[in-house]
Amino acid sequence: MDVQRKLEILADAAKYDASCASSGTEQRDSSDGKGMGSTAPGMGICHSYAPDGRCISLLKVLLTNACNYDCLYCVNRASSNVPRARFTIDEVVKLTLDFYRRNYIEGLFLSSGIIRSPDYTMEQVVSVARKLREEHHFRGYIHLKTIPEADDALIAEAGKYADRLSINIEMPEETSLQQFAPEKDVRAIRRTMGRLRLKLDEAEDSRSAKTKAKPQRFAPAGQSTQMIVGADGANDHTILRTSANLYGSYRLRRVYYSAFSPIPDASRALPLRAPPLLREHRLYQADWLMRFYGFDVGEIVDDSAMLPLDIDPKLAWALRHRDRFPLDVNRASREELLRVPGFGTKAVERIIATRRATTIRLADLARLHVPRHKALPFIVLSDHRPAPHRLDAAGLIERFKPKATQLGFGF
Amino acid sequence: MQYITLDTETDFDGWRKAARSLVLHHVTPTDVTWTVQGGEAELFAPPAPSPILEVNDGTFNVSAKFVDLAQAAILHCDPERFAILYRLLFRLKDNHDLIEVATDPDVAQVTAMARAVHRDEHKMHAFVRFREIGRERAAHYVAWFEPEHHIVELAAPFFAKRFADMPWSILTPDLCAHWDGHALSFTPGVSKSEAPGEDRLEETWRRYYASIFNPARLKVKAMQTEMPKKYWRNLPEASIIKPLIEDAERMTGAMIAKAAADPHKPQKRPEAPMTRKPAADDLDALREEAAHCRACPLYKDATQTVFGEGPKDATIMLVGEQPGDKEDLVGHPFVGPAGQMLDRALEEAGVDRKTVYVTNAVKHFKFLPRGKIRLHQKPATPEIKACRQWYEREVSAIQPDLIVAMGATAAQSVFGKITPVGKTRGRLIDLPDGRKALVTVHPSYLLRLPGPEAKALEYQRFVEDLKIAAALQKKTPRAA
Repeated sequence: MDVQRKLEILADAAKYDASCASSGTEQRDSSDGKGMGSTAPGMGICHSYAPDGRCISLLKVLLTNACNYDCLYCVNRASSNVPRARFTIDEVVKLTLDFYRRNYIEGLFLSSGIIRSPDYTMEQVVSVARKLREEHHFRGYIHLKTIPEADDALIAEAGKYADRLSINIEMPEETSLQQFAPEKDVRAIRRTMGRLRLKLDEAEDSRSAKTKAKPQRFAPAGQSTQMIVGADGANDHTILRTSANLYGSYRLRRVYYSAFSPIPDASRALPLRAPPLLREHRLYQADWLMRFYGFDVGEIVDDSAMLPLDIDPKLAWALRHRDRFPLDVNRASREELLRVPGFGTKAVERIIATRRATTIRLADLARLHVPRHKALPFIVLSDHRPAPHRLDAAGLIERFKPKATQLGFGF
Repeated sequence: MQYITLDTETDFDGWRKAARSLVLHHVTPTDVTWTVQGGEAELFAPPAPSPILEVNDGTFNVSAKFVDLAQAAILHCDPERFAILYRLLFRLKDNHDLIEVATDPDVAQVTAMARAVHRDEHKMHAFVRFREIGRERAAHYVAWFEPEHHIVELAAPFFAKRFADMPWSILTPDLCAHWDGHALSFTPGVSKSEAPGEDRLEETWRRYYASIFNPARLKVKAMQTEMPKKYWRNLPEASIIKPLIEDAERMTGAMIAKAAADPHKPQKRPEAPMTRKPAADDLDALREEAAHCRACPLYKDATQTVFGEGPKDATIMLVGEQPGDKEDLVGHPFVGPAGQMLDRALEEAGVDRKTVYVTNAVKHFKFLPRGKIRLHQKPATPEIKACRQWYEREVSAIQPDLIVAMGATAAQSVFGKITPVGKTRGRLIDLPDGRKALVTVHPSYLLRLPGPEAKALEYQRFVEDLKIAAALQKKTPRAA
């Protein structure tokens, strides 16, 4: 099998992993003339976008799509009839370097089906990174998938070479993982995440320690995970609660939500249905509210509930808490402003800087990049005050809903 | 009217010098006309530009934020940019804080220009596609790019740092950048026909692009927002976007319509991963069983069961409250700050930690996630009760002479009922099964005490309590 054909099979097998980030790592470049590559300061770089709207930043492939496991939701499960392939270590290294030189990618995201044993698989994955870093002095971004329960020494080595490590939690609840992936052990996954956090903490401590010893390097872009949404019956509250727990417990940089998507040769045990892309989008919005806007899970969605699909979760929260509005934009605190529908973190910073020098008026909203129709019912400006009956009106929500048409998914 | 001619489209230093002089001479923005050497002739411009006005002695400061914004905004393609920047500078001279007013039209416009320039720079970093000329060692990499603004000089250092070990050129209609492995250089713009036509890897890249795309999630608008069509003509993968979109619906439909095939017969698995070793003895069997405990809901959020540890023939069993953050991650009891406190106190009391069995009343960590930390929560009675079976079975396996309950939760577990620490602390109490119990505080209580004096005092009391255990241990040494 030639490399191109392998690439087709092993990229196809990797496309269900939502992670694509190349951001948040240490700054490096190759200006010393030895080797090649750099990491982008600040945000990562997306080199292309696929028609599914997702960014292509890394060469995202599996080392092999052969797998011992038979997880129902996975296209690579042992009982799937998909064609199988396996890259050699050198093939992945060469493809990464060749693509990188042409500026197609920021680096490599390498995952693998589990073959032989977790240690064997992890060793193969680490070998690629080792070769890129030590033989080719590659300074680009490397994201490695961690195999649960792999040996501690292999995990430490993975963290030495990789910018980011990830291990997918897969399902929001242990019961669904048992149902869909009987051979996967959520405890093993959590234990591995815990070990990664301990190593991340250690590396952080060694960086801040005032010793002359070279700081220990371990995955400077942290760890991330992915949850499949919509394959089991878990509601949004359960999903977000699991995320909050993961963020708090393991210092994850990101939880990715992947709407369960029809896969070729799907197992009969799985329902085939259109992907709930809008639900996935709402979950990402809710996740942002938790990470950057100071919201608790319980505020975003109550027990047993789902996020509304027709309006975003912050607007839904504001409509449930109308007694807190309208807020005076020229006086309210940062925390309060962050809760106004349509106000992003950057807009709030701009507002706070601006109002030190001048009063904010209605006409200024556009220059602050705030969507008027969303924010106006909830705010007071020096020349705007919403009519009291309007904020209390039962029909207020209608103002924000999309026009009554069939919900489309861009087909 | 002052006529200022700048050397190039990106002549920030020239603009700065002229602008500073104009401001100091109080020349109002409406009285200045800005042009660029070799650019389109200004309709009413005199054949020769005005001489730069002599700078007076005076000087003035502007914030670094304005300088940053201006350096970027001056690269914008709008021919009005020099005038707009001058207008803002003129106003900033008397109103230094104006730059923070995001709602001011001039500030907003300059900010928007700077943002457009940085976005174009970012897109250049992303969408430049090098094509290889020659092979291997003698290879030279050449790209054709069409930036919207005058950003080549701004964007080039990024490529020099990234591709330091290969010679490259980026050709644009505006300006061309070159890297020879040592230094950057720039030459005038060229036409697209001078750029190489293709690269041997582009077909491979297109195959990757087609394979990584999930046809069941078509979101063409989202793609175009981030990768506007104006960039497509120089992206090798763009040629297959249309066919991919057209084919997506058909493929997804076919995928859904197709009945699932009979499962492929899995290959023989040489070894089942993640299987545990069979337990070596009773205590190990107990530990293994406890790892799967679902007797209360605490297992759900915790990482793992943190079971007791220590020699099987220990005469003393220490019982704590529940594992903390560190214990939960590591999987061993008393390894965090409270554990270190306990180690120190044990040593001072004359007890070797290696000789005692250490466990907790509740074996899963109970917490509330708060952002990036986990707030420790006290276990509730149902949880203590649900977990008590493990404590009881540990006692039967170890058969200790003395059980030290550290804190109220531990005491509740050891005595089977709520037992205040204050009343029972510091003396040996007979248990129904003939063992002795000793109640003391939990070491984390010592960590929470305010003030070094209270801390030292309570720590000493804790050590005294442990000395009772030490005395008992010496009296009844167990045969190994």
